[in-house]
Amino acid sequence: MLGFFTIVAIFAPLLAPYGPHQVSGAPYSPPSIRHLMGTDELGQDILSQVIYGSRISLTVGFSVALAATLIGSIVGLMSGFYRGAVDEALMRATDVVLILPSLPLAVILAAYLGPSVQTIIEVLTITGWPLVARVVRSQTLSLRERPFVDAERVIGAGNARIMFRVIIPNLLSLIAANAVLAITAAVVGEAGLDFIGLGNPSVVSWGTMLYWSQNLNAILRGAWWWLLAPGLCIALVGLGAVLISIGIENIFNPRLRGR
Amino acid sequence: MPLLDVRGLCIDYKLQSGYLRAVDGVSFRIDQGEVLGLAGESGSGKSTIAHSILRILPGSTRVSGSIQIDGTEVLRMDDRAARAYRWKVVSLVPQGSMNAFDPVITIGSQIVESIRIHSNVDKADAWRRTRELFSLVGIPESRTKGYPHEFSGGMKQRAAIAMALSLNPRLVILDEPTTALDVVVQRQVLGLLARLRTELGISFLFVTHDLSVLSEIATKVAVMYAGRLAEISSSEALFAAPKHPYSNALIHAIPTLSGDLSLVKSIPGVPVNLLSPPPGCRFHPRCPSAFDRCRTEEPHLLQLDDGSVVACHLFDRGEKDDGE
Amino acid sequence: MENETPLLEARNLTVKFVTGRGLLAKQVVTAVDEVSISIKKGEALGLVGQSGSGKTTLARAVVKLVKPQSGLVLFKGKNIFGQKGDEAQAYRRKVQMVFQDPYESLNPRATAEKAIGEPLVIHGLAESSSSRQERTLDLIRLVGLNPEAVSKKYPHELSGGERQRVSIARALAVSPELLLADEPVSMLDVSIRIGIIDLLKELKRKLDLTVIFITHDLGVARYFCDRIAVMYKGRLIEVAPTEELLRHPSDPYTKQLLESVPDPAKSARERFSSIQKG
Repeated sequence: MLGFFTIVAIFAPLLAPYGPHQVSGAPYSPPSIRHLMGTDELGQDILSQVIYGSRISLTVGFSVALAATLIGSIVGLMSGFYRGAVDEALMRATDVVLILPSLPLAVILAAYLGPSVQTIIEVLTITGWPLVARVVRSQTLSLRERPFVDAERVIGAGNARIMFRVIIPNLLSLIAANAVLAITAAVVGEAGLDFIGLGNPSVVSWGTMLYWSQNLNAILRGAWWWLLAPGLCIALVGLGAVLISIGIENIFNPRLRGR
Repeated sequence: MPLLDVRGLCIDYKLQSGYLRAVDGVSFRIDQGEVLGLAGESGSGKSTIAHSILRILPGSTRVSGSIQIDGTEVLRMDDRAARAYRWKVVSLVPQGSMNAFDPVITIGSQIVESIRIHSNVDKADAWRRTRELFSLVGIPESRTKGYPHEFSGGMKQRAAIAMALSLNPRLVILDEPTTALDVVVQRQVLGLLARLRTELGISFLFVTHDLSVLSEIATKVAVMYAGRLAEISSSEALFAAPKHPYSNALIHAIPTLSGDLSLVKSIPGVPVNLLSPPPGCRFHPRCPSAFDRCRTEEPHLLQLDDGSVVACHLFDRGEKDDGE
Repeated sequence: MENETPLLEARNLTVKFVTGRGLLAKQVVTAVDEVSISIKKGEALGLVGQSGSGKTTLARAVVKLVKPQSGLVLFKGKNIFGQKGDEAQAYRRKVQMVFQDPYESLNPRATAEKAIGEPLVIHGLAESSSSRQERTLDLIRLVGLNPEAVSKKYPHELSGGERQRVSIARALAVSPELLLADEPVSMLDVSIRIGIIDLLKELKRKLDLTVIFITHDLGVARYFCDRIAVMYKGRLIEVAPTEELLRHPSDPYTKQLLESVPDPAKSARERFSSIQKG
């Protein structure tokens, strides 16, 4: 499912019947053969918008997931592995970001950085990494107590070796599964931020579509398709991500394979 | 009439890929006042049998054969009857139960709760009974308001036994009750069980992989291998002169404190894969006395003159190899 | 009369742990309490005790997984704590350990081959990857396993006995002088325990090892060990050659321990009556 959306995003220009800003039909017309998902207030085809929008939404989704997971994982790993002063310091930092209410923080950062896709990516990454850090730290803490880590020390492995050859491989499934779920969170986050107007409204993404449809009172006018299309896409992406996440767990955990 | 009479018991677990036969045609009896030791290694099916007697196997499990308590067929009881019978006639001290106490509730309360779940006794009576039980198993009554972390391992196991005794069952099944205990504490718990048997006439089914413990407490021992019975003999007969090659090998695989160490030998080969067990006798790949018939024909339980039961072709008249 | 330095010596070794975190009251547990013992080269010493006796902690101190509060551990006369760099690494080539849990002591993501070869990589003991491969296969054969059947398998694909043999092979990769075995068979099926202990006996003989065998099972200790040290609540109660300890224990705790061990060799009647009193 996720793959489907990704392909759509990449091949958008080839798939969309119309350009994203092309006016091609009567405003607010319901779904029809010419416009499978109807048109918006300017007469632009919603299907095309959804298709083009997928590019932005998914780009944000993937980049945030990647960045937040990377930063969070490193922090969590260092924290859990070294413990002591390093752990204390990193966890304080994590706590600080976790405590700050994310929406006001997002609003402030967005206002400071200016409305754009870039901003959204940065904001979501900053609010996103602490959660990953906590999860990774917790898993690292439990891994490092297990007898096979002791065994590594006894055979003479140093910290670096243990971290890279033992802890990280055992963390991968957790990290991967979380990263995929982070994609969903990011896509929804992006939609949310756009929806409240922090993104760049002139860019076409699922979030901005929701923004415009809300702004122009699509529902009141009976143009339900405008809200449904992007909303459905977001939901489907989320579902796809969850399924992949489960699949990853099954692949990586040798004990679950073939049981 | 025997207290417990198991005949032709077969238990299949449901797996993703089909059914796995964990217990294959097992029959044994426990008479009033006996202590039957059910011995076997992991995968032998012994725990499964214990759970089947109490009807607490997962719903997807297939069970056939017969389990009778005092003549009543347990396997055909409906849920209601099973609930009435559980804990009052037969109870269980499950494996690891000493660690299964809820850490935030006092042990006394947990026993009271168990009593009230299984019967209509009111709270005051349940607490009275609990105090009684504590003194029965040798825990000071003042500890009924104690929390699990305040109890030592041995005391927790006594409390678990107390819980199983709460409604005066005739038969108590214990699954590995002393495995996690200190050897000194183990001795005390075994002493308790012996006392309970003499004073209250309770019968026990003692499930364990530790044969030497059975030499201390069991009157009769049933040895299982890969889901089937190998031998049932009196405790003396088993340890003095084991009949089935597996029992013999198992007894000799345990180094004792006073026995001849040169007789200690490991059992060659690997434990049976229940998903694809060997044909014929399941022990034949590892048996020093195996001959052709063992590879093709499953040995049935044979009754011997001294009362023992063995499932081995060596004891089948006409084929006896005089094997030891 | 030997005047040589013992291979390993503990002097007044004390190891303490602090339990309880945050708001819970902190308690200090003395896991090892002023233990002094020495082990001769070539010995098979049994460290026997029940849970909480400190035997495992003592072993962990010897392999430097825990640091003592006070006291010394000397290997060939030299203090093992406070070593730096190369010396510390060299210690890892001299002293090795086999752990209790056959599954948990192997990295779930490493094949048997990788696990056994790892010490060779860490200490640079093989000139090339092919010689390392060869040595790994030799080690697999040494512990009684078939390389074709086992080397590419992950821990979860191996039986308990096989995993434990892999652990032993890994410990032997560096050709240690002293091997500690912490309850190496207590999590294995009874029928295969003696097989593993026999393997250890054979390897000890072949490779001229000194072995410290930690167990709670006195019968197993009797089968393997020349000398047995009994521990209780962190203290060393008694040390004596095996048969002497078993026949003429001097400490009351040892006596109680020996009496509590079930012995199928005794007669049934004797057993039953003694159990009732116990």
